[in-house]
Amino acid sequence: MLTIEGLNTHYGASHVLQGVDLVVPPGGICALLGRNGVGKSTTLRSVMGLVTPTSGKVLLNGVDIAGWQPHRIARAGVAYVPEGRLIFPDLSVIENIKVAERTPAKQWPLPRLLDLFPSLRERARNRGSNLSGGEQQMLAIARALASDPKVLLLDEPSQGLAPLVVRELARVIQILRDSGVTILLVEQNMKLAEAVASTLHIMVKGRMVYGASPDRFRAEEAEIRARYLTV
Amino acid sequence: MDFLAFLVTQCLNALSQAALLFFLGCGLTLIFGIMRIVNFAHGAFFMLGAYVGWSAVYVTGSFWGALVAAPILVGGFGAAFEMGILRRLYGRDGHSFLMVTFGLTLMMGEAIRLIWGVAALQVVMPQSLSGIVFILDEPFPIYRLFLAGAGIVVAVVIWQFLERTRLGLLIRATSQNAEMVHALGTDVRLVRSAVFGIGCGLAGIGGVFAAPMVTASLGMAPNAVIDTFVIVIIGGMGSFLGSMIGALLVAFVQVFGSYYFPDFALAFMYLIMLTILVVRPGGLLGKEA
Repeated sequence: MLTIEGLNTHYGASHVLQGVDLVVPPGGICALLGRNGVGKSTTLRSVMGLVTPTSGKVLLNGVDIAGWQPHRIARAGVAYVPEGRLIFPDLSVIENIKVAERTPAKQWPLPRLLDLFPSLRERARNRGSNLSGGEQQMLAIARALASDPKVLLLDEPSQGLAPLVVRELARVIQILRDSGVTILLVEQNMKLAEAVASTLHIMVKGRMVYGASPDRFRAEEAEIRARYLTV
Repeated sequence: MDFLAFLVTQCLNALSQAALLFFLGCGLTLIFGIMRIVNFAHGAFFMLGAYVGWSAVYVTGSFWGALVAAPILVGGFGAAFEMGILRRLYGRDGHSFLMVTFGLTLMMGEAIRLIWGVAALQVVMPQSLSGIVFILDEPFPIYRLFLAGAGIVVAVVIWQFLERTRLGLLIRATSQNAEMVHALGTDVRLVRSAVFGIGCGLAGIGGVFAAPMVTASLGMAPNAVIDTFVIVIIGGMGSFLGSMIGALLVAFVQVFGSYYFPDFALAFMYLIMLTILVVRPGGLLGKEA
């Protein structure tokens, strides 16, 4: 579904992504782990076209979308839930979703989104800035789904959320997986990543250094954590 | 003279003045809200509107034709300028925009001088608007009444456009987070071009409305641009409602100030701006301090 090959991205002089390779199979959930600043968010931003990669390929169903403008990448079927959610603060919940819904959604029409996120239904007319952090996160996901994406990029969705809300988030991600949405998930919350992911990947200094199934990851967890994840 | 009649006619006067200021301020604030740039050429687009209006009346023989043609032509020119020139400057600091739009002001002034000449051009108002009516036994020009009404109509139309149409929604979203709108599948470059065109078109229609009262002349641009900056600063850069309140405030101060204290009329406008900036540095409805 989504294949990243030898992706390099620079911010000015700093070489952030140094040949990233990753395969996200159809319907799979790939969790991307790693310490702060290793290039996880930059990987998502490069896929989305928000930063232009210097070289490498991003293949969406075989089509190289690397270097495309973000709106074209979105129309090709990639949706983005950014770190910090970035809800439009002065738009209502419904309006936030409408921005992404360019044509009437077939897979995720508004009623289905509101069924998936009951808290948003109650707050449909509220402005984005009046929502709690958890509600904003749900809205950011609903907004991304409104474009009927093939691939969903989720950047640290659990950041700053209470444990109860993180559990709700896990439930939603599992529902999305069961509906066949392919997800590339950047996450610091290991428990959440293990619970939902079909494969776990670890980045160090702009490169992929590890990839495994959750079972194998659990077996090696102590060693992997010490080597790649703890500061 | 009856004080009530005086009050009513002066208020109507101020409303018609506010309408003109609003056509300018609303476009400027929309452009700022989306692009974070100050369009120094806004007064020149206002002036261009008056001249194009004069030609449209000359060609079609109808003031109403001018009201339709001028905003389309001036707005189209604005959108083309955004696509051809301004678009290359996004990502640079604000100075380059100020330089380019200031340069455009000079070039438009010269172009207008070459095309239409230096003499002020009288735009004839339609017969139906040229008389006077009596309001509480006080004579009042119909045209000013018409202007006040047009201001209200345009304000409602723009408000409904922003609230109810898809493009309006995208404009509001882009002013809050352009990158996110882009990532959600809308080409924000087109939104920017559209807003710049709409803003310039509004200035253009303002020029047509103003022309029968002040004539189309080369002095229009500098006068207009200063008043416009004042209302947008008072109302808060980027706020549509703010530009409406700013236009009303400035118009009322100008009209009543020049009646009671003719020597200080101009000073009042700046005094109000100063006071508001001290109390609310971002303007009445502005977010950024």
